[in-house]
Amino acid sequence: MIEIENVRKSFGALEVLKGIDLTVSKGEVVTVIGGSGSGKSTLLTCINGLEPIDSGRITLDGTDVHAKGTDLNKLRSKVGIVFQQWNAFPHLTVLENVMLAPRKVLGLAKDRAEEIAVKQLTHVGLAEKLSVYPNRMSGGQQQRMAIARALAMSPEYMLFDEVTSALDPMLVGEVLDTLRMLASEGMTMICVTHEMKFAREVSDRVAFFHQGVMAEIASPEQLFDAPQHVETQKFLAATH
Amino acid sequence: MFETALTWSDLAFLAQGAGMTLLVTAVSVTAGTVLGVIFGVIRFQVGPYWSIPLTFVLDVFRSVPLLIQLVLGNAFQSIARLGWPPFTTSCVILSLYTAAYCTEIVRGGISSVPVTTRRAARSLGMTWWQDMRYIVAPLATRVSLPSWIGLTLGVMKDSALVLWLGLIELLRASQILVTRLQEPLFILMICGAIYFILSFPVARLGGYLEKRWSPND
Repeated sequence: MIEIENVRKSFGALEVLKGIDLTVSKGEVVTVIGGSGSGKSTLLTCINGLEPIDSGRITLDGTDVHAKGTDLNKLRSKVGIVFQQWNAFPHLTVLENVMLAPRKVLGLAKDRAEEIAVKQLTHVGLAEKLSVYPNRMSGGQQQRMAIARALAMSPEYMLFDEVTSALDPMLVGEVLDTLRMLASEGMTMICVTHEMKFAREVSDRVAFFHQGVMAEIASPEQLFDAPQHVETQKFLAATH
Repeated sequence: MFETALTWSDLAFLAQGAGMTLLVTAVSVTAGTVLGVIFGVIRFQVGPYWSIPLTFVLDVFRSVPLLIQLVLGNAFQSIARLGWPPFTTSCVILSLYTAAYCTEIVRGGISSVPVTTRRAARSLGMTWWQDMRYIVAPLATRVSLPSWIGLTLGVMKDSALVLWLGLIELLRASQILVTRLQEPLFILMICGAIYFILSFPVARLGGYLEKRWSPND
């Protein structure tokens, strides 16, 4: 369970998170929508401790992410994150990209890591690309590789930060299909996205962020068909 | 026909000088690179403000002519009664000189690795060290290699200046022969050819590595 309690975070004078409260239970899919600069992406990087928070608390299965004694590296292997930019390791083949963290972080033997990597890459439809270097693949394929790379750590939670925003419109579908598949398998996910149709389809709950505040959170039917908050109404009107 | 007083033993003498050039270069480039990597990582990690003292010292080694550094370094070691032989003094000065340039090369290489790529590595649970070792080092090496090869070739030629401390390296050996045989053109041509033979494999190695790595980029 991910518990976010009254989290505040500023970059200099700009307060990007103004007291966020959100609890995500095991197996739940929560999507976060909202305009640029609303703090959606920052929240994700706070959840896995890439960004410190100013106040409040984020706990993962009871472990306080931002407490002094927390082993962030251990914690991060439980929480996979995939970014807008896929960030392939360009000097490694697709297979090596996925094998690296299981070998070095989890300390798995080479065969075992390879087995897991092949399984995950097959899962996202890249079984044919094992020995290819990332730069020889399309953005969609690289993004799916990044997803497989995160999954190879057998995370309990997955965070997706606008994973289709940098993609060619033609390639968005294949990545969303991968996310749909994960959701249907019961993965606990928080997805920051601009894909409204996708959000409506996969989410258990949809949260709307506006200027660092979670203005509204509800079931997709409720939020998309009968938004309560005036900013949600404006945002949805503008994106349709 | 072409006639020369140069004998086989003179050529052996030149080869010995070349050996000294190689040895001084190898020691200095190795030590300078190790130091350069350490300083480069420090400079990158602590940021421009906290590395001001280090940067200042390295700037001194980059801006003062090497000849002056060698002469002053030698004077300093005798004042401080370190009792270093010329070979040690030469290697220490040349290493610091190399390190000063190498630091910038390393820092530039590390900066060239996108922050987002490093974030991805860290978010997979890799430690700072693992990120450095498996992601940053290989990527930064690719970017830095051409400059580092250039630096190595430069240091090999600059190492000729250690003759001022009395070391008989390739150039000094040639000078000795020129003084004795009075055939400057011929001997300096041989000397230049030897420098070329020493440098060529290093330059080719660089070309080879660049080519081998390029399909991945």
